[in-house]
Amino acid sequence: MDPKEEIKKSFIAAIWFMFLTFPIMVVRVDTIEHTVTWRWERLIWVGAAFFLLSFIWRRLLDRKLTGPSATDTAPAHAAPRWKHLTADSRLKRPALAAAALFFLAVPLLFSWNKTILVTNALIYVVIALGLNIVVGLAGQLVLGYVAFFAVGAYGYALLNLHYAVGFWSALPIGAALAALFGLLLGFPVLRLRGDYLAIVTLGFGEIIRIVLENWNELSFGPSGIDNIPPPDFFGLILNLRQTHIAIYYLMVVLTLLTILVVSRLQHSRIGRSWEALREDETAAQAMGIDTTRAKLSAFALGACWAGMGGVVFAAKQKFINPGNFTIWESILVLCIVVLGGMGSITGVVLAALVLVILPEALRVFADYRWLVFGAMLVLVMVFRPEGLVRARRRVYAFEPTESDKTEGP
Amino acid sequence: MNWDYLLSLFMGGLTRGSIYALIALGYTMVYGIISLINFAHGEIYMIGAFTALIVIGVLTLAGWNGMAILLIAAAAAVVYAAAYGWTMERIAYRPLRRAPRLSALISAIGMSLFLQNYVRMAQTANFLPFPNLIPDFACLKPVAHIVRASEIVIYAVTALVMLLLTLLVKFTRMGKAMRATAQDREMAMLSGVDVDQVISLTFIIGSAIAAIGGVLIASHVGQINFYIGFLAGIKAFVAAVLGGIGSMPGAVLGGLVLGWTESFFTGYVSSDYEDVFAFLFLVGILIFRPSGLLGRKQTEKV
Amino acid sequence: MNVRISGRAPLMAAIFLIAFVSLWTACSQKEGAPVASEQKNLPPIKIAVVGSHSGDLASYGIPSVRAAQLVVDQRNAACGIAGRRIELLVEDDVCKPELAANAATKVIGDGAQVVVGHICSGATKAALGIYKEARLVAMSPSATNPALTQSGEYPNFFRTIASDDAQARLEVDFVLGRLKAQKIAVLHDKGDYGKGLAEFAKGFIEADPRGAVVLFEGITPGAVDYSAVVNKINQSGAQAVIYGGYHPEASKIVSQMRKKAMTIPFVSDDGVKDDTFIKVAGEFAEGVYATGPVDTTRNPIAIEAVAAHKAKYGEDPGAFFLNAYAATLALVNAFEKACATDYDAIVKALRSEWVATPLGIIRFDERGDAIGVGFAMYQVQGGKYAEIK
Repeated sequence: MDPKEEIKKSFIAAIWFMFLTFPIMVVRVDTIEHTVTWRWERLIWVGAAFFLLSFIWRRLLDRKLTGPSATDTAPAHAAPRWKHLTADSRLKRPALAAAALFFLAVPLLFSWNKTILVTNALIYVVIALGLNIVVGLAGQLVLGYVAFFAVGAYGYALLNLHYAVGFWSALPIGAALAALFGLLLGFPVLRLRGDYLAIVTLGFGEIIRIVLENWNELSFGPSGIDNIPPPDFFGLILNLRQTHIAIYYLMVVLTLLTILVVSRLQHSRIGRSWEALREDETAAQAMGIDTTRAKLSAFALGACWAGMGGVVFAAKQKFINPGNFTIWESILVLCIVVLGGMGSITGVVLAALVLVILPEALRVFADYRWLVFGAMLVLVMVFRPEGLVRARRRVYAFEPTESDKTEGP
Repeated sequence: MNWDYLLSLFMGGLTRGSIYALIALGYTMVYGIISLINFAHGEIYMIGAFTALIVIGVLTLAGWNGMAILLIAAAAAVVYAAAYGWTMERIAYRPLRRAPRLSALISAIGMSLFLQNYVRMAQTANFLPFPNLIPDFACLKPVAHIVRASEIVIYAVTALVMLLLTLLVKFTRMGKAMRATAQDREMAMLSGVDVDQVISLTFIIGSAIAAIGGVLIASHVGQINFYIGFLAGIKAFVAAVLGGIGSMPGAVLGGLVLGWTESFFTGYVSSDYEDVFAFLFLVGILIFRPSGLLGRKQTEKV
Repeated sequence: MNVRISGRAPLMAAIFLIAFVSLWTACSQKEGAPVASEQKNLPPIKIAVVGSHSGDLASYGIPSVRAAQLVVDQRNAACGIAGRRIELLVEDDVCKPELAANAATKVIGDGAQVVVGHICSGATKAALGIYKEARLVAMSPSATNPALTQSGEYPNFFRTIASDDAQARLEVDFVLGRLKAQKIAVLHDKGDYGKGLAEFAKGFIEADPRGAVVLFEGITPGAVDYSAVVNKINQSGAQAVIYGGYHPEASKIVSQMRKKAMTIPFVSDDGVKDDTFIKVAGEFAEGVYATGPVDTTRNPIAIEAVAAHKAKYGEDPGAFFLNAYAATLALVNAFEKACATDYDAIVKALRSEWVATPLGIIRFDERGDAIGVGFAMYQVQGGKYAEIK
């Protein structure tokens, strides 16, 4: 584009944002002390920043629209090589081995609390993979997924408190309990689609949290449950740090198990019926797929991972209260699934690691981190709407279909 | 039966419901046109209220008073909220128009987080008192426990907004274009409707209405902070779905029904489970009417 | 496109991980460096200060960091504790339980010997189990949940603030005795702190023949308005309201009550006894009662501490400053009296040795509550909280 035109556009953008941010950035009214502070210097910063940003923004947007080859020649050459490299199965094994080695070595490489942080991230990997079944594969937008997490966590805490149920038996029980709640939610919403489903499930998540807050006799209300025992590892007597490391390895195993089961499910008969459901419910039904069964199984099989994650979370945390299970957790998990590229297991794993660890890494920015986090969500979605890793579907036909051609690399 | 009490709950529900309705209108208009749950819509309502507060602060210090402040503040809130709505659409939603719908939702969530924290950092995290702009008239003293002047203003303004919006959508050229776009975007484009312009306008109108709601409720309750938009936004979303998302009369009806439901449930049962009941009520309605109270029944094309 | 699933994904994962490791180790080194350079002949005594230092509740947490810093600076200027320097480890938990547990393991990993914190009861509870296992004393300036000391689960926990049941007791006695109200509405914000307090108040009223609870409700924080609840209070015929929770909701409820011409007394807790409440509620705050820590601003150590704060930070100290100052002083004193840094010795010293603090001369009982720290009733009079004798 003409540089003059470019500068003009950026200038207009800068002026616009200076106008837009003027009251909130520049004026600060204290209605308590009845003072007004004018911070004019900020106006200049905003103007300068948006002048520059608008160049970058247009550049990136152009590139996204026209594809890499049109604006920039370098990636055009790199793309096939890159594809060649990654398609090479000889590289896949060492890469996987390196990843496995890394995860095995985490407690040795990093300090205690960082190990815990990675454990947290792995818990989110497991529950995000569960939500991935519901949202990514079956295409049912669920906004109250945290409810199943809460069911698992409270399930273990309460069963242990009242009936002294141990961690290892609680793990499958928690999963089953969550699956049961999945069915419980699934039945009334069978007829609902899309956004109606989203708001009802959001309500479901809130209902579970509010009940936990109010029903003291069941859940001890907002003060929560403390002294939840950690898992027993072969009767070994471990100190706290060793327990946390053991829980870390437990989570590694559980994550592998989840990945294995979910990827097997994905390509099974039921997995294909989920994908059919996602693409077009009516067509799926016409093709003879039992959509009721497909939906309910997606809810149940998706929920059970959250239940399992909840049990581990409670055991690791030792203390839970309803504050752990707010709508923001549901939103975080959904962001992981979408950011990772819906339906892609690798994507979900990466996104969970990024989204859980990033706010901690952004601690340097302290107060700014949520601002940055919000902006990043927008930017990633604008420039990579399919998520970090685009889900690839196994192609069964030999001939490439029309949709594959238009998809691009 | 205590009629005074019943009436006071009814009026309280109407106040809440009117606010929900004003926010829900924006949700439902945007949804009707681009099928996007604009999660950041509640933040626009908050920004409207904050802008009004800032303008009031500056004008009060400059020695103005009375009705003039109220009008200027409200106008500034409306203009700025509309500007934010328009910009938000340009940045966060327009590039995503052809992307999967969930990506746009995540973008909206990111926008919501961003705007909340933007106001928190640039202004304050604390609650700020919002001056009561609508005086409590002396003639209303005897019924103060039932209804206050600011509430009457809320009812009146909501009704007026409804009326103007209906006129706009029904009888103007732009309204026709909006309806056409909502029905079938491709077809509207082919018949010469500037769809981009229609979408921008939808965001502008929706945001302006939300800002009116923000100013009214802030003046009624008397305090605001950066987080007021989130819960109000979710409730308004519930209202929009309850009424049938995409339907404007539905949004208003949904808002009012939700307001009354909450008010009467709190009044006669318990506010402990107020939100639980609101959501269960929603589920109940949706089971019998899966497209909400006034929603069009969706016919699926195969 | 005939590529098998996740073709390039593992490679991406590997690159991502490598980038990640390098970034992380870089960060770790930065964190480690200053500690190494400060080491003198004797290893320093490390006191951790954990609480909400960012986020909505930062105003409750930051004063305690400053208090600890002032005490430590003063001690280090005078050769520390028996020649050993004192070092502060400051960690943020944003008042969230899950982050509190992380912060706890972090300070243990960094070698903390005692902890001043945490600030919120929920976060404290989440961290205490970890400290208990690591045999670390934690002393909170502000966590008022009764169960923390009364359950007996946490022998390692101490606090320089009285617990909520003492507060509820005071509120109920005041409402029934001084205000002579018989029908009382008890409200709360469904939170850990507010609901706990309201439940104690309800229990105390029910046990007392003079009064009855006519309404017990939790409100929804952040709701658009509270007119339904306010109408319900009016309808219940309550002669006084006891509210458990923080000031934002309290000021909304009070303003709506007053605007609806309801003049019954409103009694609340130390979450409301904050000047912000008066400023936000404005004229409607007038006459509101709230309990808060006994006023010790005329205590000589308190005057000194506040002056030091003003000198260093140029403003008046915030909430729980004196409590945190007292906590740090008590811990430092315990180190000195015990002549040791091991857990048993410190606990013994805390329980047996009296120490002069801005809150008066205190010592800790078997459960960990401070003896000599209590609550008083205040009322907003002329835009200020005034103690009611």
